[in-house]
Amino acid sequence: MKPFRKGEGGPLAQGRLETRIGDKKPLYTDGEAAAEASRCIYCVDAPCIEACPTGIDIPTFIRKIATDNVRGAARTILADNLLGYSCGRSCPVEVLCAGACVYNHWGRPAIEIGRLQRYATETALSRDPALLAKTRKPPTGKRIALVGAGPASLACAGHLALDGHEAVIFEKKSIPGGLNTLGIAPYKLQADDAMAEIQFVLGLGDIELKTGMSVVAGEPSGEGEISADSLLRDYDAVFVGLGLGPDRTLGVPGEEGPGVYGATWLIEQIKTNPEFSLEGVRRPVVVGGGNTAIDIARELAKLGLGEVTMVYRGAAEAMSGYAHEMEGARLDGVRLLERRQPVAIERDGAELRGISVAPVVDGTADAARGETLGCDLVALAIGQARLTDLAKAFDGVDLDERGRVLVDDATCRTGHPRVYAGGDCVNGGKEVVNAAQHGKLAARDITAVLAASS
Amino acid sequence: MADLSVDFCGVRSPNPFWLASAPPTNTGDQVRRAFDAGWGGAVWKTLGNPIVNVSSRFGGVDYGGGRLMGLNNIELITDRPIEENLREMREVKKNYPDNVLVASLMVETYEEWKEIIRRAEDTGCDALELNFGCPHGMCERGMGSAVGSEPKVLREITGWVMEHATTPVIVKLTPNIGDITEPAEAAMAAGAPAVSLINTIKSIIGVDLDTMVPTPQVGGASTNGGYCGPAVKPIALHLLGQVARMPNVVPISGIGGVSNWRDAAEFMALGATTVQVCTAVMHYGFRIVEDMIEGLSDFLDDQGYGSAQELVGRAVPQYKDWGDLDLNHHAVASIDPDKCIGCQLCYVACLDGSHQCIHIPGMSDEEKRARGHVAFPAHVPDRPVTAAGGTPGARVPYVHEEECVGCNLCELVCPVDGCITMVEKRRGPQVDTWADWAGRGEDLRPGSLDATRKARGK
Repeated sequence: MKPFRKGEGGPLAQGRLETRIGDKKPLYTDGEAAAEASRCIYCVDAPCIEACPTGIDIPTFIRKIATDNVRGAARTILADNLLGYSCGRSCPVEVLCAGACVYNHWGRPAIEIGRLQRYATETALSRDPALLAKTRKPPTGKRIALVGAGPASLACAGHLALDGHEAVIFEKKSIPGGLNTLGIAPYKLQADDAMAEIQFVLGLGDIELKTGMSVVAGEPSGEGEISADSLLRDYDAVFVGLGLGPDRTLGVPGEEGPGVYGATWLIEQIKTNPEFSLEGVRRPVVVGGGNTAIDIARELAKLGLGEVTMVYRGAAEAMSGYAHEMEGARLDGVRLLERRQPVAIERDGAELRGISVAPVVDGTADAARGETLGCDLVALAIGQARLTDLAKAFDGVDLDERGRVLVDDATCRTGHPRVYAGGDCVNGGKEVVNAAQHGKLAARDITAVLAASS
Repeated sequence: MADLSVDFCGVRSPNPFWLASAPPTNTGDQVRRAFDAGWGGAVWKTLGNPIVNVSSRFGGVDYGGGRLMGLNNIELITDRPIEENLREMREVKKNYPDNVLVASLMVETYEEWKEIIRRAEDTGCDALELNFGCPHGMCERGMGSAVGSEPKVLREITGWVMEHATTPVIVKLTPNIGDITEPAEAAMAAGAPAVSLINTIKSIIGVDLDTMVPTPQVGGASTNGGYCGPAVKPIALHLLGQVARMPNVVPISGIGGVSNWRDAAEFMALGATTVQVCTAVMHYGFRIVEDMIEGLSDFLDDQGYGSAQELVGRAVPQYKDWGDLDLNHHAVASIDPDKCIGCQLCYVACLDGSHQCIHIPGMSDEEKRARGHVAFPAHVPDRPVTAAGGTPGARVPYVHEEECVGCNLCELVCPVDGCITMVEKRRGPQVDTWADWAGRGEDLRPGSLDATRKARGK
């Protein structure tokens, strides 16, 4: 969203592959937005609000668009979700707000809530980037450290700043934003627009972003590292938004070597690395059946890399990826090969030649009936490792059996009274909007606790 | 942040948004909830002698798939015991001292007026509104619009009220009259410190063609009611403007189709100090006031107004009689070829509904004549539609500027934002009005058709 602050898109270079992919749902014109907003019947106790993880008062913001009160619409959205802009573009509205719209049961097209939300936030913040900053409370002198600069931490820092606190975000990568800049499918949201939203959040108040800074469990081994202990010592509270770790691997022969990539790594290259090239790729294969698998498959298809094949172990109906996304993938030219288990990567020397897949019968791969799919790229979208070991560096913080940080649902507080956590490291990997909600809940509780103690 | 509070004939209101005397102000509980939602004031449902109401009471006009472009009602004044109303009014005012509470009154005789004023003012209300506007039911009994449409009677009764009232008196005017300035004049002559307008417009909302009963039907029949809602806003704005430009006009509370902040701002610009809302609340609830407050506040800040009061009447000087409009002002339509989607709605609107000056490329003069054109441009550029979403193969229509009268019709029917704009091409530098022509004795220009033919050299 160029708009927020022109020329301050952050450290993103030109020529990134994602910029070759068009915007699936472009910004509405004023007339289009007014017409769509006027379709909304302004329900009371609306199901769309209930379906929004951040509880945005959707009918009210839509009515405000219809009455030409676009800034008011943006205020309504941002009050509940500071990342309302990126969520408007990246949320799977088909299974959230729009999926709950009363029109669905009525046989009419649901209101385009995501597009209206994008219209309101993008239009209002372009006109008035300081829309919310003006409402900031006086400084409290309290300082909060945030680990990771993904959506959960950004939302948390923004709310904390509006409450008058100082927020310091430590991000180990050079590019902030986490999933928003590095992972959202480019036809929904591109990295420079995500960066513009980050600029908006950073402008909400006293927020310092320290990139290239890792928080470590033990003693720091040099510059660029800071210990978890020092955060507890130097700050009034700590928010942990670690996200997820590296892509998981298959553990099959031939996997190591060129041409086989983790899906989130590959998406990050497509979105942010101008040097990264997929020149010559003609037959990519994606392994997995979740939303990351569908995303990378669609991106490869939209980049024109020939026929993209998705290999999924179970039946199509059992995929964890959204049906509407898979439908879109098919339209983009993605072929789904269901009930197939990769058993080996075939190479000619170092060069990738194909992937051997075996049919899965009753949950078991039948290696004897394996076949080889010729391919020149394999993207593995079979989950991500946990990064939550660091969380244990804080006394009292516990993980569940799946490695997720345990928090109180209402406050996102961990077992340590001054340590909070949210986002993927807590929920195991969900949407930006779920992370934004965690950040908001934590900020509210931090403000309440700090106010009570001072 | 602009100050939204306004002074209305000595009564301070936290914002200009009041509820009109109507079903939403029927009970104390409703008014309390409205004040909690942010409404600045409320005019209580009209008090008077006991009545009964019929069932059903409302009828609506839908437009383009949307509900309640207009609403009609045949409900009368309050049908609750006056003691209950007065008790609840007193309680509300006590609990909401900063909000404006107006008692709406409608009775018949001098003694009744004297009595009800005393009882109403005893609640602590901030002002009285005289209901001389209700155009159904009550007027058949000689009250409501029966008073409002007889300036002499209105003046006399307002005089009675002025004798006894100790709080400001607002005379509510009916639009069901030839010249709104006559009752307004009468109210002011009787000493009323404020007026409000418009009350509802006499209407029959429709006819059920299966039963041959107009709607809303009551036991196989219906009656004329009062029309309100977004559809009446232009009528209300006109009557408001008429009153607002009267000399020494008193403060006005504007009513009639106000549904959002923009409507409210328009009413205020045309002279209303406060606005009263009914239909939009009946449709969507008290909650709409949040958008009204926020939208008006942002608008005032944007425009550099320090307060809502500064907005009042800003557009009144620019509301003029036709004879004072500048005849040298001239505009012609301009179609943006990058935005046109090729629907040709401007073409047919101009051809059948206006001055036949928009042409579709690629037609011979013969074809154009058959279609209905009477003037033929030397060259019509053939521009294919290129806009995103445009119809493949369609052509961008062409405006024959010499023939364009600047009527705006094409701009109004064009479905694309900003595609057709009106470009000013003045006929002369100086302002020249019909009144100027009349002053020079040049206001007769006979034989316009002959003159046109001559001008075209045929």
